[in-house]
Amino acid sequence: MNNTGTIYGINGPVIYLKGKTDFKMSEMVHVGEEKLVGEVIALDKDLTTIQVYEETSGLKPGEIVEATGSAVSVTLAPGILDNIFDGIERPLERIADTGGAFVTRGVSVSALDTDRLWDTHITVAEGDIVQGGTIIAEVPETRAIKHKCMVPPDISGKVVSVVPDGTYTISDTLVTLELADGTAKDLSMTQYWPIRVPRPVHHRYPASVPLITGQRILDTMFPIAKGGTAAIPGGFGTGKTMTQHQIAKWSDADIIIYIGCGERGNEMTQVLEEFGELVDPKSGNPLMDRTTLIANTSNMPVAAREASIYTGLTLAEYYRDMGYDVAIMADSTSRWAEALRELSGRLEEMPAEEGFPAYLASRLSAFYERAGMMQTLNGNMGSVSIIGAVSPQGGDFSEPVTQNTKRFVRCFWGLDKSLAYSRHFPAIHWLTSYSEYLNDLSGWYSDHVSPKFVDYRNRMMALLNQESSLMEIVKLIGGDVLPDDQKLILEIAKVIRLGFLQQNAFHKDDTCVSMEKQFKMMDVILYLYKTCRKLVAMGMPMSVLKAENIFEKVIAIKYDVPNNNIQMLDMYKIDIDNFYNRVLEKNA
Amino acid sequence: MGIEYLGLSSVNGPLVVLEGVQDAFFDEIVEFVIDSSTRKMGRIVELYEDRAVIQVFEGTENMSLQNTHTKLTGHPMEIAVSPDMLGRTFNGIGQPIDGLGPIVSDDMRDVNGLPLNPVRREYPRNYIRTGISAIDGLTTLIRGQKLPIFSGNGLPHDQLAAQIVKQASLGDNSDEQFAVVFGAMGVKHDVADFFQKTFEESGVADHVCMFLNLANDPVVERLITPKVALTVAEYLAFELNMHILVILTDMTSFAEAMREVSSSKGEIPSRKGYPGYLYSELATLYERAGIIEGANGSVTQLPILTMPNDDITHPIPDLTGYITEGQVVLDRSLHGQAIYPPISILPSLSRLMKDGIGAGYTREDHQDLANQLFSAYAKVGEARNLASVIGEDELSPIDKQYLKFGEEFEHHYIGQGPAENRSMMETLDLGWKLLSLLPKEELDRIDTKIIDKYYPQKAE
Repeated sequence: MNNTGTIYGINGPVIYLKGKTDFKMSEMVHVGEEKLVGEVIALDKDLTTIQVYEETSGLKPGEIVEATGSAVSVTLAPGILDNIFDGIERPLERIADTGGAFVTRGVSVSALDTDRLWDTHITVAEGDIVQGGTIIAEVPETRAIKHKCMVPPDISGKVVSVVPDGTYTISDTLVTLELADGTAKDLSMTQYWPIRVPRPVHHRYPASVPLITGQRILDTMFPIAKGGTAAIPGGFGTGKTMTQHQIAKWSDADIIIYIGCGERGNEMTQVLEEFGELVDPKSGNPLMDRTTLIANTSNMPVAAREASIYTGLTLAEYYRDMGYDVAIMADSTSRWAEALRELSGRLEEMPAEEGFPAYLASRLSAFYERAGMMQTLNGNMGSVSIIGAVSPQGGDFSEPVTQNTKRFVRCFWGLDKSLAYSRHFPAIHWLTSYSEYLNDLSGWYSDHVSPKFVDYRNRMMALLNQESSLMEIVKLIGGDVLPDDQKLILEIAKVIRLGFLQQNAFHKDDTCVSMEKQFKMMDVILYLYKTCRKLVAMGMPMSVLKAENIFEKVIAIKYDVPNNNIQMLDMYKIDIDNFYNRVLEKNA
Repeated sequence: MGIEYLGLSSVNGPLVVLEGVQDAFFDEIVEFVIDSSTRKMGRIVELYEDRAVIQVFEGTENMSLQNTHTKLTGHPMEIAVSPDMLGRTFNGIGQPIDGLGPIVSDDMRDVNGLPLNPVRREYPRNYIRTGISAIDGLTTLIRGQKLPIFSGNGLPHDQLAAQIVKQASLGDNSDEQFAVVFGAMGVKHDVADFFQKTFEESGVADHVCMFLNLANDPVVERLITPKVALTVAEYLAFELNMHILVILTDMTSFAEAMREVSSSKGEIPSRKGYPGYLYSELATLYERAGIIEGANGSVTQLPILTMPNDDITHPIPDLTGYITEGQVVLDRSLHGQAIYPPISILPSLSRLMKDGIGAGYTREDHQDLANQLFSAYAKVGEARNLASVIGEDELSPIDKQYLKFGEEFEHHYIGQGPAENRSMMETLDLGWKLLSLLPKEELDRIDTKIIDKYYPQKAE
């Protein structure tokens, strides 16, 4: 076996080895004296191409490249949560402890803490027959999450010995198996999995449960299912990152994997700080207890940026296999696509649209298809939902990454520049966005929120659509000439836009809103519309209705009704009735 | 190390190829001696066994295949750093050009820098008061931020940057040291002179370190200038605990230089002929802003870029906007109305603003007030569009009020004198004064309690 090679050429993050090697595709290699981490990306009779996950300056031709024998993999064991990693699962905290404030090269630290002792409860007994996915031990990883150590997917056998409950490190042997061929196999908490291979599952369930985010425009208007996929495209400054932060903070997923792929360093620091302080409304524990951050900031090496998406995805699948609902925030998939383009350019591949490689679409589809609500190998139900931000050039959605992403996601939350300019946040535009999950989820909404929910939602959407066609006329001739029933539609649509769709992430009550409150708010708005329609039908002009201040009052519900006192919303219907009577009295 | 190579295999634009090199490494700096007299520097950008492709900083004029001696230096691009660099002027690759002699220091730094570990960053929270309402009130600059100015040719971005330097105060804490690192890439002589003069006049010249690569200086040098400038900035900030404002102008020339070199290397172009790594290159510059846990200093970046043909979707402003923490956009039509500074506020944004303002920093109403001004000004645009179709007289009374608000806002809030230094409270109060041109019911971005407290009471 010839598992070493010699560097022949260096071009940025891509290096070439001359001569025939026995390297395998996607195998992890150590490059040069500093043992930089790299991956084999092309093999030829006399040329091997390797992408290096670290800065290559200082490398010399003639230095040795060593194969490690395994594909680029992640380490899976307790200690992943409440942690921050770079794109190839190296813990940034430990790197900082050894290398200081700047990330130096060739740092060799193990992905997870191998010295830490974990309280372990063994869940199998001698004589049990176990297979891939069987839970062998439970470890309270954080206050919120119980880590379930499993038999690696490709192993099955009979338990011949177990250790008693106690404290163990992630590399201690917990269970010994006798495999079918009679050999013994020691299992610890740790397993490894190649990042580019999806972890196997039993089968896939159809989407049926929404991922509740506490954001009105998402939960009510364009819901995403647990195990679903969504894309948030938008130009810079339209609030992609804000929206992802809000979902990461308030969604009802069990685990959040936040991938900062080619984004800003300060943003990752902010997530770290904020999530350490904020408390999860469900469990009362800090949000970091259920969160893992993958930070490959834009100035870190480009090849690791490409890998970071897969690293995060593999961690997510691992927690899914334990039976958790995991949500991935990928910010941003465009940076990942650009990393592909950059590497493809270095390899002198034939470019397709806008310089992106022709395999962009197939890579994107393979990525999004790893989401889903699954029955895992051990019979649990778990899900991976993917929410990917897209940063299209100039905010133009016709560019290749947005267009190809649109083909593979079922939920599209289009951010709009003009909404962002007028500081309407979240700047998700109700006319360009869509969710294909609405029908799949309508059963859940009628069982868990109200049978009228979907009907109300559709009526609000209809009003917004009518507003948009009326606005075409208003733009040409002004609003004064419209008949009163149309003016009413404009006024109600404004209430919906400002009072319902717009949501203030910095307001303590408005930042996250329960489904019950969302429904009741819709109820009040539609009741106001019904009442006003009656008045308009009686010939009352809009100016009389507007003189009463009721519209402003309904718009302010989001601030005025605290989340712990939703019953207050019932009072608004009485206010609306009073308004009705007052208008009739005054203008009888 | 001592080997000298005689001759070259090829010379092509800013690139030369040298064959038979031994023990060279990627990114190494080499020295050329041409005709035993002229000295030049270069950097190895590609390496195939014993064949090195070298980028020559000072341009390849006079170099022939025979007359050049090449020597490997054994280190990547480095610069000697010292506190004495303040008050000095250097060329684009860090050699003194002010005639005051070389910088004597053993402290050499690799100009490429290293990525700052996010776990050791400190999230920026202290605002820098610039005295300019449109920035302080609506796109507040935060210490440790990177906030570019998107401008166009002929717009007063230089005046604006100079005014910010003059007025940027760091609060009352007087023992904090403040300095400016100025990196000029491909700027005109007049622009360099303007900055030099302004720094002298405002008395900050001895706290400024200038790196000048002028428009007729070698193109390749430009690729190094910002890196050198940022290396010095990081040294001053994180080791000497100073607060550094880095002004980089013009980022467009930097990107153009990159395209020029990339194309002579024969690389596959991506958008508009720029190389595929444009994003990564820009990011490694911009990301060198920030604050490190435990250090008292900070690096704040104020890059200036001229948008080709005022097009904000051009790859350079577009990629920049995705990396930086906001942008200040200048607008030609405001400039045409003689409004200074002509900041187009709708596309302008400061991402770090939300955490550096409000109670405890500026005033509790700041965020709501800013949102309301943005939203009201967006409506001004709609009202103007309508007025251009149906005429101003036909507008509804409320639209007319918006037009009035828009006029006042542009002339008195955005517009101010080039030497006018407004305090934060003046800026906030001015905002409320302008909002009082609109009826209270229109203020839909502000919490009712805040409106009651700050909305000016009118004597009807």
